[in-house]
Formats: sequence, C-alpha cells, structure tokens
Amino acid sequence: MTMTNSPRQAREPDAAGLFGRFGGAYMPETLMPALRELREELAKADADAAFHARRRQILADYVGRPSPLFPAETLTKELGGAQIFLKREDLNHTGAHKINNCVGQILLAERMGKRRVIAETGAGQHGVATATVCALFGLRCVIYMGAADMARQAPNVARMRLLGAEIRAVQSGAATLKDAMNEALRDWITHVEDSYYLLGTGAGPHPYPTMVRDFQRIIGEETREQVFARCGRLPDALVACVGGGSNAIGLFHPFLAEPSVRCYGVEAGGFGLASGKHAACLSGGRPGVLHGNYTYLLQDEDGQILDAHSVSAGLDYPGVGPEHAQLRESGRVTYATVDDDEALAAFHWLARSQGILPALESAHALAFARRLAPTMTPDEILVVNLSGRGDKDLDTVLQHKGDAA
Amino acid sequence: MNRLDARLAQLRAQNRAGLVCYFMAGDPDFDASRTLLAGLGAAGADVIELGLPFSDPVADGPTIQKAHLRARAAGQTTARTLALVAALRETDATTPVVLMGYLNPALQYGVQNFFAEAAASGADAALLLDLPVEHAAPFRAAARSSGLHLIAMTAPTSDDARLAEILRGVSGFVYHATINGTTGAARCSPAEVSTAIARVRRHTTLPVAAGFGIREPAQARDLAEQADLVVIGSQLVETLAQGGASAALESVYGFARALRGAAQSVRAPCARGSRP
Repeated sequence: MTMTNSPRQAREPDAAGLFGRFGGAYMPETLMPALRELREELAKADADAAFHARRRQILADYVGRPSPLFPAETLTKELGGAQIFLKREDLNHTGAHKINNCVGQILLAERMGKRRVIAETGAGQHGVATATVCALFGLRCVIYMGAADMARQAPNVARMRLLGAEIRAVQSGAATLKDAMNEALRDWITHVEDSYYLLGTGAGPHPYPTMVRDFQRIIGEETREQVFARCGRLPDALVACVGGGSNAIGLFHPFLAEPSVRCYGVEAGGFGLASGKHAACLSGGRPGVLHGNYTYLLQDEDGQILDAHSVSAGLDYPGVGPEHAQLRESGRVTYATVDDDEALAAFHWLARSQGILPALESAHALAFARRLAPTMTPDEILVVNLSGRGDKDLDTVLQHKGDAA
Repeated sequence: MNRLDARLAQLRAQNRAGLVCYFMAGDPDFDASRTLLAGLGAAGADVIELGLPFSDPVADGPTIQKAHLRARAAGQTTARTLALVAALRETDATTPVVLMGYLNPALQYGVQNFFAEAAASGADAALLLDLPVEHAAPFRAAARSSGLHLIAMTAPTSDDARLAEILRGVSGFVYHATINGTTGAARCSPAEVSTAIARVRRHTTLPVAAGFGIREPAQARDLAEQADLVVIGSQLVETLAQGGASAALESVYGFARALRGAAQSVRAPCARGSRP
C-alpha cells in the first residue's frame, strides 16, 4: 500500500465551481470580480512553495500541529466494538479546527494587500480564530454574529473583543449564523475594494468550498499518517459532524479515493427531523441556492429559507457545503442525524469517561460513533473528529443538565 | 415586441430618460400593493420594477430588507406576485413590469414555469440579483422562450473583459448598479457614474438603467443626462412605509417631473440620435 494521500485534483470542481450539479458562484455582480481575483491569487499561492512552507510553519509553531490522535480506550472498552480514536482538533490554539482555514486565508489576504478582514461566526469558534490571525498579522477585523448566538456563546464574544476584533450584532431573522452571513456579505459588497472576506466553512461561492477544504485537509492527512504509524493500515470508518461541513470534508477528503474507508457525516437533528426544528439539510432539505452555492437547504415550498435549529450554535445553519451535497448523491459518504439530547448525553459521556469536554458540535459526531462502534469488530478502527473543545458551551450544557446526563 | 420593448422605443422617440419605480410585491399587503401599482403609470412611472420577496436578500440594504419582511409577513409568495401582475394588467395594459428578486424562489417555482407564468401574467422581464453571467445561459434561454427579457446587471467592479462577457447576447436594457453596496446605501458620485456608464456603452447598444443610491429628484435629473433609465427604489419604499400609497405616488410624480424637465432643458436631440 502507498502512504501517498489521494490526489486532490481527482475531485476538483469544474471551472464554474460545480461539484456535479452543486456549488457554483451565485453572487451579485459586484462580488464576482473579487471572487475571480481570489481564485487567481489562490492559484498563484498554491503554486508557490514558499506559501505552503510558511503556512505549515505557522500551523506547527503557532497552532500546535500535528494535533494528537488519541486512543480512547475507555470508550472502546465500554462499547465493545471498533477501536476508537479521537482526532484532537480541540487541542489546537483557539480550541477548534477553524484556525487551520484561518491561517491559510490570512496569508492570502496578506498577499492580496487587504487591510481589513470580515467574517461571520456562529458558535464563535471561527470568529475567535479569525480575530486571532488578524491580531497576529496586524489586520483590522470585523466579525458579524447573530444576537442569539452572542447570548449563548458569551465567552467567545469576550475572547474576540480581547483579541481586538469589532463584533457587530446581527438582529435579523433568527439572529444566528445564516443572518450573520447575510450581513457579512453585505459588508463585503460595500467594502469589496479593501476588504477580505474570510469565510469559515466549506460553503459559499466558488472558490471558498474548495479553498476551505484544502486548508482543512491537514486533518485527514495527519490522521492517515497517524493511523498508519500506529496500526500500519488505513482506518475503517471516519465520523465528523456537519454544519457547513469544513471539519468533515477536511477529515474525509484524503480518504475519498480509498473505497475501504467508510465516511459518516453527522448533521444536527435538533428536536428531531419530524419536529421540523433541526439543521439537517442533507437528511431533511431540498437543493436550492443560498449564499452563493447550489446545495441542500432547509426551505419552504416557496423557496424561502427556514431557520435551522440546533443546541449547537456551530451547526445551526440551513445550508451545507456543496461537496457534501455531491458526496451524498454519489453515496460515497453516509449522512446521519443526531438530536440535541443525544449530543448532550455524549458530551457528558466523554467528560466522565475520558476527561475531555467536547464542543457540542463534536458531541454530535461522538454520539453517532457511540451507535456505530458496537456494530463494528474489535480489529476495526474508527476515527472521530473531535473538532473543538466544549469550554464555550458550558452555559448551554449547564442549562440542560438534568435533561440529558 | 413586449411592453418593455415598446416603452423603450417610445422613450427613445421622445428623447427622454425613463423613470423606473421599484416597489416590493405585497408590501404592506396584497390589496394595498395592488392599489399602489394601479396608480404608478398615471403618476409617471415609465417602468415598474416589482420586488419578489425573499428571506435572505443579501444585495438589499435595511429599507428593502424590511419590505421583504413586511411582504412575507402578509403572506406574499412568488405565485401571489404573479397574481399581482395579472391584477395590474386589468387596469394598466402598457406599463412594463420587471420582476426583480433572488434566484432561489424562481428555482423552486421551476425555471420554465416561472418565466412562462410570469409572461402569461403580464410581466415583461426579470432580473435575478444573484445570477451572474457564469450561470445565466439556461435561465436566459428559458426567459427568451417565454418572450421575457432577462436583464443583465453591471457594477462598478465589472472591468471591460467582464462587461464584454456580461453584455454578449443580452436584451431589454442593462441595469448598472452605480455603487458598490446594497440597495439604498450611499449616494452615488456623478463623475464615477458617468465614467462607468460610458464604459458599459462601449459594450452594448441597449439602453442603460442607473440604480442604487438615488434619493432625490435633482440627483435623478443629473443622472438622466448619462443614463436612459433611472431607477428609484429605497426612497419610494421608505416613503410608502412612512406615508402610505398617496405619499409614494406623490414621490413618483416628483421624480417623473424632474426627469421630463431634464429631457426638455438638458438633452439635445442629436446627442441621443448618435446612439442606436
């Protein structure tokens, strides 16, 4: 067997940014030249060894990569199936996988001579990561965050402010991630000449889904090397939560050309699919266009976008990255849902059994792994992406205590 | 030749810039919207631009965002917007209607159905704000087969290479957004608009509409020296929200008078004759 990662060219979108019928760049004309400029700069950077060297250096010295692959022996023993490993993205600087993407994009913003950076955030992890790299690079930072999310992720709001970012509260709609993204896009339309839009997930208009994926691929590349070093072979199953889907695509992508590796994306089931209050676009949505890409969306008959619901602010989005939409249709990745209660229970389970507080987003992946592992054999390897840490979620978890533990 | 072609030909013959008035369909509700639309032609609107309500209008500023919300709260849908156009046609058979909105509601309606039923209802063109030239071809073909124009949009950021691409094979008129911004945002700068419109005209012989950031009759009159059509949106939507239909119609009349004045006092007939 070879240790080479599967070539990413094998799964590139076409020139219009389409993965099959999904993706594209459906944006007002004002932004289309900026998206072209970004594509061109990205191509130049991608061909520049110095760019990659600098990115790797920052990821090592500042982010703390590689992140460990932890054998979760208590979980393995308790479930009595597959050997469970946790990919510890929660141990990255700023506490989640989001920083991997931010390091790559801030280097691009610098190359493009932009002095002002805009971003949207849901749970605040992407906002914190963006504020962090802006502080590191000396760039002005404006973060849009839904007012409802600001209330439930207060520690992250404080962190962003301490890092020197300006936080703009968004009141429209359900005042969550979708609305923050609308407002960030309006800012970009208005300040397109001098601002860089640092989008946080593998969605949005081309080239963002591809770019964010490529900056997050390091999760899967490291996992592949770490599993191989420890076990001498490929893992059998990968599990990651899917909101926009950047941690999942980052983990899955280097394995997609390996048919023996099963991939599971876990969407937020909220109060349950039947309740209509969830964030599971792939399981409970229909294709349409939002925020620049054609993908699965939560929407009504008239094409109006519905508000998502999840106990996890980072999954509370009515769309999903277009590559996931394509992977669902091709059947290469299996998508499942985990409800709020099951995710909260998994949070407590990991805390008590392994001494790790997971982000509520990552708790969705854990909850699914809890179902999956017993169906597998002890010689099989299951990797769960622990995409972030749960410190930001303490208020939410304490409020629900009693319902779930 | 649909109503829009006829109106553009008429404006050219009269050698004056046309007034395009934007209102949101179903704002504040279906019946009030119907009454307002019926009065627009008489108040001096040369073209009606009718907003299709959408939950996530990223290209709109706060004024028109609120109009989307009011209309949706009153139950306006794409189907009801087409019904509103049909209702307008009972009293106004000539004022062209351009549907303006976002892609997803049209997609969910079914692209062919959307254009076919829009044409059957009495609409003449459509402009979808988040449909750039890269993805426009199948939509343009569907619009054309129903006898509708798909209006192309240009922005200050569109360079010559892009303008050539955008304006190849388009019909109706070209909508130039005069500023980088959302609707109703900053006031546009006359000098920049003049340069930008001249650039657009190097790539098309179609009439050029100027929109975004036009708030006063005097400003509209100045723009009418450059543009063939002047679009007033947020100012009218705001007037409707504050003062009701009669205030909005009064405002339309004020803009119409300013533009007709411009035609008589500023524009020499030969200046227009040099363009097809």
